[in-house]
Amino acid sequence: MPKITIDDRPIEVASGTTIIQAADTLGLFIPHYCYHPGLPVAGSCRMCLVEVEKAPKLQIACYTFVTDVMVVRTTTPQVATARAAILEFLLANHPLDCPVCDQAGECKLQEFYMQFGRYDSTLLEDKTKKHKQLPVGPHIMLDSERCILCSRCTRFVDDITHTHELGIFNRGVHSELLPVDGAAVDNAYSGCLADVCPVGALTDRDFRFKVRVWYLDKTDSVCHGCARGCNIEIHTNRRRNHHNDGKLIARYKPRFNAQVNGYWMCDAGRYSYKQIESPDRFLQPRVRGADGRVQVCDWSTALAAVDESVTRAIAAHGVSSAAVIATPDLSNEELWAVRRLCRDGMKIPTVACRCPADPRGVEDNLLRKADTFPNSFGAQRILEATTESELTVASVLQAAASGRIRLLFVLGGGLTERVDPAHLQQALAQVDLVVAIQSHHSILTDLATMALPASTYAETEGTITNFTGQVQRYWPAIPPLEESKPLLDILAQLANRWELPFTPREPELCFAELAGQVEYFAGLSYRVLGWEGVNPSQRTTSKSTA
Amino acid sequence: MAPRTVNVINVSARRRILTFWERIYLPEIVRGLWLTARHFWVNLWRHALRAVGIKTSLPGAATFQYPEVRRPQAPRLRTLHRLVQRPDGSPRCVACMMCETVCPAFCIKIVAAEVVDPNIEKRPHSFDIDLGRCVFCGYCVEACPEDAIRMDTGIVEIGSMSRGGMILDMPTLLSLKSADEQAGKPVDFLQRRFVS
Repeated sequence: MPKITIDDRPIEVASGTTIIQAADTLGLFIPHYCYHPGLPVAGSCRMCLVEVEKAPKLQIACYTFVTDVMVVRTTTPQVATARAAILEFLLANHPLDCPVCDQAGECKLQEFYMQFGRYDSTLLEDKTKKHKQLPVGPHIMLDSERCILCSRCTRFVDDITHTHELGIFNRGVHSELLPVDGAAVDNAYSGCLADVCPVGALTDRDFRFKVRVWYLDKTDSVCHGCARGCNIEIHTNRRRNHHNDGKLIARYKPRFNAQVNGYWMCDAGRYSYKQIESPDRFLQPRVRGADGRVQVCDWSTALAAVDESVTRAIAAHGVSSAAVIATPDLSNEELWAVRRLCRDGMKIPTVACRCPADPRGVEDNLLRKADTFPNSFGAQRILEATTESELTVASVLQAAASGRIRLLFVLGGGLTERVDPAHLQQALAQVDLVVAIQSHHSILTDLATMALPASTYAETEGTITNFTGQVQRYWPAIPPLEESKPLLDILAQLANRWELPFTPREPELCFAELAGQVEYFAGLSYRVLGWEGVNPSQRTTSKSTA
Repeated sequence: MAPRTVNVINVSARRRILTFWERIYLPEIVRGLWLTARHFWVNLWRHALRAVGIKTSLPGAATFQYPEVRRPQAPRLRTLHRLVQRPDGSPRCVACMMCETVCPAFCIKIVAAEVVDPNIEKRPHSFDIDLGRCVFCGYCVEACPEDAIRMDTGIVEIGSMSRGGMILDMPTLLSLKSADEQAGKPVDFLQRRFVS
């Protein structure tokens, strides 16, 4: 193991480590453009030049491997001069587009120039003209003039997605990033190109001119698009309500998690933020009156109606004629609350969570999973731990269609995409009382006797378990929209009315109770989960091997 | 380490002890009224005599006959905002939100839109200034990288009968002219270069 010194700080790192990685473990930042920890090294930007003792010239930190007794200095005047010169060179043909550039505010060129640049340029030549405002795919806008030719994007399409849509053409000052043979950059991860681009050459068309980045607040969350559960940041525009088309959520950005998604996320997940504030959101409680007409009402009326009719239905037909469908769209805490209220409290024997496969599900060997429910793993651990037979949603709907079910709760979304609507309609028509707690409009909310609006994951706090068993936290990014309420609150109010034992409605305490009761989650708490989550299945295997 | 010396100026001004006549208050009131009345009558007579052409060398207290006569403004005075036009009449503004960001009174609201012209790319879809909130600090003018917003109209009467009337929209802001242009003077260098 080579022992090296960086800026008078000794460190011992594994051989094969580069200087920039060693500095990173020390917490020292070396400015760089082309180096990206998730991509192969190119060494083209020369921004990370550092002084290595006994080397005749400055060395690039991203591709110089450490050797024993190496002495590295990153703050000498020679390094500072080199950085300033490199920045001047990179900016030689960079247009002054900052006012109209979406990258402004999170642009590495801006940041490093403020820190390390030389402020008085000596260049007199005119800037070269290249392609501007060129849409190269459904999600990506290219501006070749702003490009600093770091080749992060070409390495991304070559080595991560293997789709090879981008290349650098021509020579010298005319070198230009362009799509290969005019191909469209439409791979399933193209949104990541806007993330890897350190400047404003590749920007997100969806986010284009919506809101300036310095107005955004960031909340850590987990994508609910599929069973992968990519770690994301939800960027919200809470301070200027006339920006971003008046919406709160501006975009999703991937958040690094080595165990789950690395640095990337897919486009389907990235643009799934639109579902949160879509016009499809179901936001007012609705109750169907005795005459069959649906009426929008307030929460107290709706809860009283649910209370009264459910009590009457159970008294008339018994709990064996009741059933609950809780889709794995719900968080661990919400599923636990369903189990506590419906199975332990109301003693309903039929609580199903296994839905048919989603026809839209796509699986590849990078991130996407065919199972588009975010919490199938957790739902099976929480709801199926106490049932003997494998109960499926399909069998519940079959029973409903044959008239054996008189009372049906449908909690959580995603059912209408997976079940044939005609079949669902036919099944629900046979049920006397359908209580749907849903976040989005669907035929479920139209057909339900009572429909209550639930908040989505962006508005609530909780945990989900991805397909590998990684339990991950997400945080509320925005307040519940209009009349919608977190499912935990809705169930808590019903439990209160029926005077049934219930779990705490605070997600953290609810999770603590869950961790005490369900073996898979044993020993976990919000504090233990932290920002990246914990995988108990890996923990147990590592224990057993030790 | 040597103790830091701090220079302190003793500013504890002692209040003058009032005399008996000052303390009983009423004579001072009468004295004040007398002073004001004397100025009033003296000026009234001097202006009246001047009006009929007598004693014109005696100076009367002068003021501006607003609104017919206006006080001259310094060229750097910050007056009502305007948006500068491009030669085709569209706003020079590119909706970069610098002014909106720097505005300490949160009175600027810009909604951006895209232009299919690679040399412009971005333009304001709407640009509202709420004069009811504006503090006339001029930071927006300083922050603007395009010289698209200026406070040189010379207009200081910005009152309105409603709060809504205090909000100026983009067509209004674009229609305003600089004080020089209104007075028929040649416009300044930057403006001339851009317009011609």
